[in-house]
Amino acid sequence: MEVVINSFPVLLMGAGMTILITLLSISIGCVLGLVAGLSRLSKSRILSFFATCYIDFFRGTPLLVQLVIIYFGIPDILKDVQGYLVAALGISPFFKNIPVFAAVLIALSLNSGAYIGEIFRAGVQSINKGQMEAARSLGMTSHQAMRFIILPQAFKRMIPPLGNEFIALLKDTALVSIIGFEELFRRGQLIVGATYEAFAIYLAVAFIYLAMTLSFSRFVDYLERRLRTGD
Amino acid sequence: MIEVKNLYKRFGDLEVLKNINCRIASQEVVVVIGPSGSGKSTFLRCINLLEEPTSGDVLIEGVNLMDPKTNINRMRQEVGMVFQQFNLFPNKTALQNITMAPMKVRGLNEKQAREEADKLLDKVGLNDKAHAYPQQLSGGQQQRVAIARALAMRPKVMLFDECTSALDPEMVGDVLAVMKDLAKEGMTMIVVTHEMGFAREVGDRAIFMDEGMIVEEGTPEQIFKNAQHDRTKLFLSKVL
Repeated sequence: MEVVINSFPVLLMGAGMTILITLLSISIGCVLGLVAGLSRLSKSRILSFFATCYIDFFRGTPLLVQLVIIYFGIPDILKDVQGYLVAALGISPFFKNIPVFAAVLIALSLNSGAYIGEIFRAGVQSINKGQMEAARSLGMTSHQAMRFIILPQAFKRMIPPLGNEFIALLKDTALVSIIGFEELFRRGQLIVGATYEAFAIYLAVAFIYLAMTLSFSRFVDYLERRLRTGD
Repeated sequence: MIEVKNLYKRFGDLEVLKNINCRIASQEVVVVIGPSGSGKSTFLRCINLLEEPTSGDVLIEGVNLMDPKTNINRMRQEVGMVFQQFNLFPNKTALQNITMAPMKVRGLNEKQAREEADKLLDKVGLNDKAHAYPQQLSGGQQQRVAIARALAMRPKVMLFDECTSALDPEMVGDVLAVMKDLAKEGMTMIVVTHEMGFAREVGDRAIFMDEGMIVEEGTPEQIFKNAQHDRTKLFLSKVL
């Protein structure tokens, strides 16, 4: 018990990092998801094809694999390219490694963007076709109809699945400990390495995750209730 | 004012409209009747291009909607539409439903749009419901808000697509009354309807459609009392 109390501040710092990367990744993921989701719905075949490829790849492969490709794989390729450039052009090497934080952020953002893209698409498609027709019949362009009529209604329906995605991502951040990023789980591992108190520390880690996910899901419930006006 | 020439519409193998030709004069009220699946609604939806015709021409005041150079959004402002399912924006109040398009499309400021909307709500008898959301309104009230919303764009013609079919019988009268007033004011109207009483009373002309074709047209008096085609007679004998 004592060891848990002593290491608690360190664990909380890790939890802070976990929240930070989750929030950042979800924010970037929302932008990527909006673009991917709308591209999938777009009439342009090329746009919708690329969005589908993106979404399929990042939803269909493990986050862990995506992470090691970004952190280990891509720098390898870049270094090879750099090698040719250095030999051919005589410039000095400029690239060494992707910083851990950047790799984590890229991987988590791309991954959540794919899921959020599907949430956006489903949200938009769930809005009755008559809404678009009514907006168009009033002379709105499809862009205006999307922006003023469809998306505001769709956003409301996206809140519960977005909340789920946030919680799933928050838990998945534990995976980034594999490349040494010091979030909550990695901090726990390091403390266990020093104290050999595996049970107590990992249990404490679990409860901190639980506290974060539960308070967030309560927040989403509250948000959902507040926005429940009209439809 | 409206001219439809050689209009065809196909959904896959299904030919929904076959060579529709008709002209509608300014201030004329045309009622379109016919059995379900006869293509009445599709015909109406072709007039503001919610359905893209497979071939043919649709001219509104001489501007051909089928011409790729035509600004269709601009043309739709001239053509108001009222839907069977109302299609009000559920997250907006009655007033906001009406002011939305004038502000976003016609570029009115909020004050101007509100003033116009208040007048329109008055006209449809709902000035006390300005701040109600659609789900707080009865079907008849929703449909009247929808009519006001369409009128807020100051259209030159109004299309009504079975706009009383989804209403409780006791609500129908209020909506029809609003439509009669509109007709009296000289609005050009095309009304797809199953309300034969309304068709007879308000229509200047009746069109009977079946299987994607205009079978017969004439004054409501001619159609209802003295139909020439057996198909029209059969239909009328069932609905009257």
